[in-house]
Amino acid sequence: MATDAPPPSTEQHRLPTTEEFTEVQESAEFGELRRSHRSFAFPLTIGFITWYLLYVLLSNYAGDFMGTKLFGNINVAFVFGIAQFLTTFLIAWWYSRHAAAKLDPKAEAIKSRMEGGA
Amino acid sequence: MSIAQQSVLAASEASEHRPLIISLFAVFVVATLVITIWAGRQTKDAADFYAGGRQFSAFQNGLAVSGDYMSAASFLGIAGAIAIFGYDGFLYSIGFLVAWLVALLLVAEPLRNSGRYTMGDVLAYRMRQRPVRTAAGTSTIVVSIFYLLAQMAGAGVLVSLLLGITSDLGKVAIVALVGVLMIVYVSIGGMKGTTWVQMVKAVLLISGTLLITFLVLLKFNFNISDLLGSAAENSGKGAAFLEPGLNYGATGTSKLDFISLGIALVLGTAGLPHILIRFYTVPNAKAARKSVNWAIGIIGGFYLMTIALGFGAAALISQEEIIASNPSGNTAAPLLALHLGGVDSAWGAVLLATISAVAFATILAVVAGLTLASSSSFAHDIYANVIRKGKATEKEEMKAARWATVFIGIVSIALGALARDLNVAGLVALAFAVAASANLPTILYSLFWKKFTTQGALWSIYGGLIVAVGLVLFSPVVSGAPKAMFPGVDFAWFPLKNPGIISIPFGFLMGWLGTVLSKEEPDTGKYAELEVRSLTGTGAH
Repeated sequence: MATDAPPPSTEQHRLPTTEEFTEVQESAEFGELRRSHRSFAFPLTIGFITWYLLYVLLSNYAGDFMGTKLFGNINVAFVFGIAQFLTTFLIAWWYSRHAAAKLDPKAEAIKSRMEGGA
Repeated sequence: MSIAQQSVLAASEASEHRPLIISLFAVFVVATLVITIWAGRQTKDAADFYAGGRQFSAFQNGLAVSGDYMSAASFLGIAGAIAIFGYDGFLYSIGFLVAWLVALLLVAEPLRNSGRYTMGDVLAYRMRQRPVRTAAGTSTIVVSIFYLLAQMAGAGVLVSLLLGITSDLGKVAIVALVGVLMIVYVSIGGMKGTTWVQMVKAVLLISGTLLITFLVLLKFNFNISDLLGSAAENSGKGAAFLEPGLNYGATGTSKLDFISLGIALVLGTAGLPHILIRFYTVPNAKAARKSVNWAIGIIGGFYLMTIALGFGAAALISQEEIIASNPSGNTAAPLLALHLGGVDSAWGAVLLATISAVAFATILAVVAGLTLASSSSFAHDIYANVIRKGKATEKEEMKAARWATVFIGIVSIALGALARDLNVAGLVALAFAVAASANLPTILYSLFWKKFTTQGALWSIYGGLIVAVGLVLFSPVVSGAPKAMFPGVDFAWFPLKNPGIISIPFGFLMGWLGTVLSKEEPDTGKYAELEVRSLTGTGAH
């Protein structure tokens, strides 16, 4: 905590001008940050929503399959439901790892340069 | 012994221990009021009031987010839906959880980086301020009031079970009490007080749920298959109870309703204003991300336990008793606590009282979060930026927020009395549908679509909002069905209970259409600011 940037509400940084923002937005460095975020988050979002909708549709239209008993009273539907929990935990962990490794360093470099007024 | 007698027995057993129940309620109320007053003294400026001073840690906020999110719908509603419909009730848990990924991957961090106090800050960032802020404020208040309605219904139901209050006057009095408390929490404690109340509630709710889950599993020697088997058998529906379809499988229309609900749940969370403003309470976007991760862990664990709660209730209590107590199953969780302890024993009464107090705490904390979101948006978006055109002082803005709190409290008390017999999870799903139709498209377009214009933003907010609310109005939720708000009349021509399948694509479509038909050019300079800020945190408050 102490090594991080000080809480933003107590210390106001200089807010860069619109021209500076536009220049950064068009820079290759920012383009790379944008691409690292979008190329990870967008397909993954489509992926987990599809996976979830598959579960919803199977529940609706594949009752026999979902009702198949696997062991004891545990059926496919139940396992499918639990799998949704597991994939949610997994994706959250995966995204956070990606963000810490690929997004945070780039974002911080740009931020400190812009706020430093270089 | 007839079912009616059994149920009366349960209620009278409960009312014998009324002093205990009331004391537990009172302890929670007093404790939270102390917190509120303490927090009120620490609240000096607008950043304190709206954003709790932005000094909460990621874990604290994760806990508070969980406390804000696990509402009466999650606790009473899902347990009840599973207890009555078996597997079909489980969809709520899954949708409510998966939805967090949308918030994590696309919304939480950019919002924290570029906004200040409200959802409207981000929506209006690159647009003409006054019209977009008016729209954002309107939709924030509408979504929050839908959500409030569900919590109020839960409060009324709970208290009538516990205190044996069956008269309408008694229920209205309880709803009014909840309303007054929430006005006090929010207007005095602001975001700081609300956050602490939500943290305390999250800890209570998780502990209470752990206890009941443990007791249920103990009965079945920790064999989940046995638990499910007993639930199926005791429900009288056999294996079908464990398969999809009991609630939604009957007809083509009801299957469509299931899809509609599923879509609304997964896309709603990231558009809920009372959840979004929680991300302003941490110092930066990284902490916002971490708090979502904590929330996903806590909420996921909780929803896994609702499986034990719902199927446990189905296994240990007769269907007739669950339905006699509340037609939508909203009281299944407290009844389960009573049965686990033993209907005629003091232990049973203690458990019932504890779980009920937890449910009561749950409702109060969520209601406070919702009230804060809507009064913040009124004061910051509509009063300060539209009515006063940005010239209001912080003091005036906070004063407006406090008055808005009182007003919203009164409105929700009035509406709460109307929605008593609806399943609270179903009601919350409507709030999700409205949020996903009006807010989510606008948030995503604003953050990620360069060409998005003011007209696009207005069309997506109002288009999504009007269609979602309009379809609900003409759905079986409001009229034309036995459990409707107005069962005596029938003006329902829209067959689905949840409008999401129509209104969400409509919201997205209108945002696109409004933009391509727009005569004005998008403000590219402002978008450069928003995009760079949202991804890097430059100049974040």
